[in-house]
Amino acid sequence: MIREFSLNDLVFMLEALRWTVGLAIIATIGGGALGIIVAVLRVVAFKPANWLAIGYINLVQGTPLLGQLFVFFFGLPLFGIQVDAWVAASLSLSIYASAFFGEIWRGSLQSVSQRQWEAGAALGLNYWQRLTHVVLPQALRISIAPTVGFLVQLVKNTSLAALIGFIELTRASQIITAATFAPLPVYTTAAALYFIICFSLSQFSQRLERRFHVTR
Amino acid sequence: MSLVELTDIHKSFGSVEVLKGISMTMEQGEIVAIIGRSGSGKSTLLRCINGLESVQSGRIQVAGIEATKPGADLNALRQRAGMVFQSYNLFPHLSVERNVMLALRLVQKMSVDEARELAHAMVAKVGLAEKLAAYPDELSGGQQQRVAIARSLAMQPTLMLFDEITSALDPELVGEVLKVLEGVAREGMTMMLVTHEMNFAKNVADRVIFMHEGRIHEDGPARETLLEPRTEELRSFLSAVLH
Amino acid sequence: MNYNFKFKALAPYTSEIIDGVILTLQLSAVTMLLGLAIGLAVAIASISPKSALRRPARIYVEAIRNTPLIVQLFIVFFGLPTLGIKLGANSAALIALSINLGAYSSEILRAGFESIRPSQIEAGRSLGLTAAQTFRHVVLFPAIKSIYPALASQFVLLMLTTSIVSSIGATELFGQAAFIDSRTYRSFEVYALITLSYLFLTLAFRSLFSAIYWLVFVRRSRA
Repeated sequence: MIREFSLNDLVFMLEALRWTVGLAIIATIGGGALGIIVAVLRVVAFKPANWLAIGYINLVQGTPLLGQLFVFFFGLPLFGIQVDAWVAASLSLSIYASAFFGEIWRGSLQSVSQRQWEAGAALGLNYWQRLTHVVLPQALRISIAPTVGFLVQLVKNTSLAALIGFIELTRASQIITAATFAPLPVYTTAAALYFIICFSLSQFSQRLERRFHVTR
Repeated sequence: MSLVELTDIHKSFGSVEVLKGISMTMEQGEIVAIIGRSGSGKSTLLRCINGLESVQSGRIQVAGIEATKPGADLNALRQRAGMVFQSYNLFPHLSVERNVMLALRLVQKMSVDEARELAHAMVAKVGLAEKLAAYPDELSGGQQQRVAIARSLAMQPTLMLFDEITSALDPELVGEVLKVLEGVAREGMTMMLVTHEMNFAKNVADRVIFMHEGRIHEDGPARETLLEPRTEELRSFLSAVLH
Repeated sequence: MNYNFKFKALAPYTSEIIDGVILTLQLSAVTMLLGLAIGLAVAIASISPKSALRRPARIYVEAIRNTPLIVQLFIVFFGLPTLGIKLGANSAALIALSINLGAYSSEILRAGFESIRPSQIEAGRSLGLTAAQTFRHVVLFPAIKSIYPALASQFVLLMLTTSIVSSIGATELFGQAAFIDSRTYRSFEVYALITLSYLFLTLAFRSLFSAIYWLVFVRRSRA
């Protein structure tokens, strides 16, 4: 039976939006933790570690996120791990995010000039002191805007979880469309909801960028 | 008709009036040095003569072309009035030879062989024959500026404009560029240069124009004007730059 | 773990996979051209002094960059027919992808234009070059050089992104994966293999693009 696109549907979409946001938060935390490891492996003075990190980044950034999602969704059960769509989605989005966070943070670390390390050494600071007191504080400021900028990508990419049946905003829109047969208003509403979140994040990122740029 | 004729030029950037009524003439073969504090309008004046800046009012005539007439052929004007900039502005993607050849081919429609021959002659004239195949980022600032001079000279202009061409150079590189300029002067080229090199102005220029707050404050024979300034403003400017 | 991996089961579908790769490459290449054309127009509008041009350009770029491609795709494929515009899956995919890429490439191109210092343009003009000659001989090459790396990685990203259009039934590489999956029930093997095929394509294109960069921009050809 076909019904109108109604307020109830909008409520359903907003509820589903919580899962979009939730998935993005999980991937930010999971991807952030993994990303720190990736960044460290990428910069330590131990070649095999660097290669490992580079291989990992290439594998993640060189294949479609959709493919990674499906491989986890269908692959984990083969190892006896029964997974819900949300677990597969969280896992693959975390891995996806870790490669990008790793690269962003490596870039930030390396953009702190060698002279800053030398200046720290000249003051008699040891490696750890130089890292934590001189280099990391600067790298952190540099990284914050691109990190927030990447969150926009992450929020948008949670929409792919719809294709393995996870009910977030896009999947919810598909369900409502099937019931109302009003794809244009439904998907436009979904787009507007994504836009509100992503545009706010983009603007925030740009503000941070300007702020840290001026004071640097 | 003089080679350059400026009549009551007014030029503003937004609400700031940079040129407040400039009138002057310049004859074929003259070498004029324009001096003054930064912000006095001397670079702007040069850029107006080349048509890089439009003016609010006044009349500019250069080598028979009236730049201030609507629809004036600024490209023809720029072929007659070559310009060299403070920041060299060589094209980074072209070798020295190609930098010099580009406008010869495109604007003067020379054949490749003609253009190359002329380019080689001009680059040799500024003493860089061995650098023909080099790219700008392989040259020192002084060498880049000499190529820029060769590039302008190759167009065989009636008049050359030099906009503080030694200001961006390390002190030890200034000499080689000034030496090239002296050579150009000796060949009888008509030149107008904005410069901070007072000794060069005194020894090479025929005439010095001192600009102050958007106006021509003093205008006279080079040596006389620099050695015996008539106004307090020029005197204090000279003592500031010379000491 | 007692699952038997049977990649062999996929062997009969080699020709489907090849068709998929070809369509993916065609879709990527045509999208790249259309997306760049849109991007160029939008970039020019966005640096225009007229706000009547600047504002719509800004809105387009922000609207596209802040919404997911899959939703844009659904609007084109499912939404437009309700307005009487019916499109096949592959053409809807092409349109949605091009509109999407247009927004990203306009930002790249704008950055390219802005990377050229005004003094370079002045130097060209002061030698008597016309505006068009200055653009062609002074601005274009360095601008392309400065945006080439961004364009190259955008192309690879685009190629990976085309997998999303399988969701409306387009028959590119990822769509073929769904087809083979439906015939063999070997989901993991199919998706693992197809995902790795993209990796192969990515690495191949990255090498190709660096080789082109080296040939065109690094190895300075003599006159």
